Amino acid sequence: MITFSSTHLIYLIEAARWTLLLSVLAFIGGGILGLVLALGRVSEHKPLRWLSAAYIQIIQGTPLLVVLFLSYFGLSILGLDIPPIAAAGLSLTLYTSAFLGEIWRGCILSVPKTQWEASNCIGLSRAQQYRYVILPQAARIAIPPTVGFMVQIIKNTSITSIIGFVELARAGQIVNNSTFQPFITFVFVAIIYFAMCYPLSLASRHFERKLNVGK
Amino acid sequence: MSVNEAAGTRPRNEAVPGAEPIIVVDSVSKSFGPLQVLHGVSLEIERGTMVAIVGRSGSGKSTLLRCINALEEINGGTIKVCGHMVSMSDRASVKRLRSEVGMVFQSYNLFPHLNVLRNITLALTAVQKKSRADADAIAHKVLGLVGLADKAEAFPEQLSGGQAQRVAIARSLALSPKVLLFDEVTSALDPELTGEVLKVMEDLARDGMTMVLVTHEMAFARRVADIVVFMHQGKVWEAGPPAELFADPKTPELRQFLSSGL
Amino acid sequence: MLSYSFDFSFLLTTWPAFMRGAWQTILLAGTSIAIGFFVALICAIIRSGKNKLASGLVGVYVEVIRNTPLLVQIFIVYFGLPSIGLRMSAETAAVIALVINTGAYGSEIIRAGIESIAKGQLEAAECLGLNKFQVYWHIILIPAVERVYPALSSQFVLLMLSSSITSQISAQELTAEANLIQSETFRSFEVYLIVAAIYLALSVLFRVVLWAIGEVAFVRRRKLRT
Repeated sequence: MITFSSTHLIYLIEAARWTLLLSVLAFIGGGILGLVLALGRVSEHKPLRWLSAAYIQIIQGTPLLVVLFLSYFGLSILGLDIPPIAAAGLSLTLYTSAFLGEIWRGCILSVPKTQWEASNCIGLSRAQQYRYVILPQAARIAIPPTVGFMVQIIKNTSITSIIGFVELARAGQIVNNSTFQPFITFVFVAIIYFAMCYPLSLASRHFERKLNVGK
Repeated sequence: MSVNEAAGTRPRNEAVPGAEPIIVVDSVSKSFGPLQVLHGVSLEIERGTMVAIVGRSGSGKSTLLRCINALEEINGGTIKVCGHMVSMSDRASVKRLRSEVGMVFQSYNLFPHLNVLRNITLALTAVQKKSRADADAIAHKVLGLVGLADKAEAFPEQLSGGQAQRVAIARSLALSPKVLLFDEVTSALDPELTGEVLKVMEDLARDGMTMVLVTHEMAFARRVADIVVFMHQGKVWEAGPPAELFADPKTPELRQFLSSGL
Repeated sequence: MLSYSFDFSFLLTTWPAFMRGAWQTILLAGTSIAIGFFVALICAIIRSGKNKLASGLVGVYVEVIRNTPLLVQIFIVYFGLPSIGLRMSAETAAVIALVINTGAYGSEIIRAGIESIAKGQLEAAECLGLNKFQVYWHIILIPAVERVYPALSSQFVLLMLSSSITSQISAQELTAEANLIQSETFRSFEVYLIVAAIYLALSVLFRVVLWAIGEVAFVRRRKLRT
């Protein structure tokens, strides 16, 4: 019988690179779309506000797993013979954008109204107001919750194992299938996740403290 | 510096002859870390009198009040309330103290999640084990006393500062304390709202309630208090009936304090 | 290129299975939320308490759970625990994993509420003669939970949605039902569209019910809105 060994551990760690890659993809894709959504949520145009709010509500009201299935089967309907990473990346991007959009909206709104008024008075256009006055201030406030949300992204990439994308959680299942030692295998999987997430959690808290001191 | 011999100068608040003072503070000292705030303060407060403690900020007057009510541990000296020694390490003494002394804070400290009625009845039912009906009756009575009979159902955030402070007074009053302590109760209020709170306190004084207040309202202290205590650098610098004290300050510090227009 | 034609006719025969799945998810999530709330409350009390050791242990629990995926937690409970002698049904394992998960998140939320209670409130309550237990109950815990109740509710809705992951150990709930239906009908996309709609409805339902519970539990919320 094969027992859990350092070979398995190395295999898990190598699979964790896919977890990280997928997390980065989701963060970049979700970040871009999320910024659009956040600006849409605070836009002067009612339909834009409404649309982005509806999008956020729908994604936040649906399990990521179901979004993943819809991406997976939806893409194949389009007749594309797509690799699992595409469906995984798409669903995580949709998911991430909804949450980051809502978080960043809050950050934009927490910039005092007087900043809008003051920048208006010196004749900046709305785009310039965002570019030079509002977003730089909102970004400062956004750092702690954004870093905190990265933890959620990393953890949620584990769900993509369900459609067969081989990242850390899926690698854990594969190892378990050959060793039949689920406890030790998944504890090691958990430890590797923890090693990736905990530093981000600490960083998020550190940034938050710094922000509060600066106030 | 004897406070008690000056008490009873006003007929309406005659001290009970021969009775022990209701509060006896004896050589109390108190430090916060390296900073000594009280340097051997002694003070006696007679039943039925209103004593106003005045002084600059940092003079230790609020700390003294908090020490009397066992919110701060004292480092030296003794405090006796209603004939019993009070020590924070002696829980029974603190428990007895709580039943005898009420306190009103600068920041009201009403409980935001309870309406006015429940703010007042909480201790009546939880501490004094009164029935809900009895507690409600008492609450309505004390609310009437502070002129807020119609606010029983309101929540703290719906009240003005003056109203909130009157509710806080009613809450203390409901427990029928023997002494009421007031810690700068009008300092957080807009000037136009201080009047209604001071009016309630004046009514209480007229009814013979023993009161100790830390205050910046010099005109009020002068008009209503039986004794004014001037604290300076953690000591009782001067004390006496307001008429004497204000007319003829003995120390340059008090003279300077009075002329600074506070 | 898009020659796909949608076909929802399977609903005619399978809708009872969808409804059963929705009901199972309500039960699974409802149970986990109810138990999870008490775990969260107790952990928050210990975490903000004076006992350094107990508080530290709860801190470790919270950090471990918050920094590892729910899916892996579920695997450890369902596949891992039997190997050290603890056997249970998939549903029991699902409830345990969800309770452990929500207990960790909930306790951090409630702890923030406890720490936001001003010191003056405690002093005022002490001066009224309330004993330590009464102060803790009336002046700290109840207002703290009231204050963080909206955040707590959001967390519970998230928990309901996350419960879909328990389909991976074949716990009976909505997503598991859907997996079964799609394997029989081969209308995968349509099946998960329906499931998404049901989850949306469930999240609205959970929000409404949690809101209603808040209205009953916290008088102030009810009074101040009118």
